[in-house]
Amino acid sequence: MSVVVRTVTRLLVPLALIFGAYVIMHGHLTPGGGFQGGAVLASVVALLIVAFGAERLRRRQTSLTSVEDLGALMFVVLAFVGIGSTFFYNALAGARGLFGGTEAGSLWAGGTVPLMNWAVGLKVMAGLGSIVLLMALFGGDDDR
Amino acid sequence: MRWLRVGALLVVFGLLIAAAGWMRPYGEPVRTDMDAYFLERTPEEVVVTNVVTAVVFDYRGFDTLGEATVLFTAVMAVALILRRWRR
Repeated sequence: MSVVVRTVTRLLVPLALIFGAYVIMHGHLTPGGGFQGGAVLASVVALLIVAFGAERLRRRQTSLTSVEDLGALMFVVLAFVGIGSTFFYNALAGARGLFGGTEAGSLWAGGTVPLMNWAVGLKVMAGLGSIVLLMALFGGDDDR
Repeated sequence: MRWLRVGALLVVFGLLIAAAGWMRPYGEPVRTDMDAYFLERTPEEVVVTNVVTAVVFDYRGFDTLGEATVLFTAVMAVALILRRWRR
């Protein structure tokens, strides 16, 4: 792609990353959440592919799929945290531990919900990103 | 054959329009027990202000696990089919 597109991409990528991280981080307080923030972050991967070509991102594909596996594992492990009562029981909410705030509306409250937002956010980002990357790589290498 | 298709389309269209006329008014669901429960209990039980997230990740977490599995399977299938195999 042209110099204009590459420069604008360099400017936009940090902003999009911050916006996606914000949507994930405040998923339990404001509209949005893991899926939506992850989709925003995946759009960064698509933007990089459009601007710089898929070949430059080929070596990142393994790490992307690893991040997706990590997110899925984190999600299942967090689901097992409350296995003492039931599967997916929110044992951390209001327990004065990690994310155990007692005031609804605080960033550090909600128990497993914010952590699951991060897990799903990472998973959706890496999953959609690797789908786009794999399809772009399959289409051949025309990065002009 | 062509007029049969157009007629079938018109019948379906008419049924949809009729169904739209039969719809309940916006904001008046048939049952409100569950949403009232979620709206009242979420701030104390999950300590979260976004009720939708509380439902998705806490009350109906198992459903979200299935949703995540769907995405995982999709990524796995795409990686399996589209990646370049060593010759």
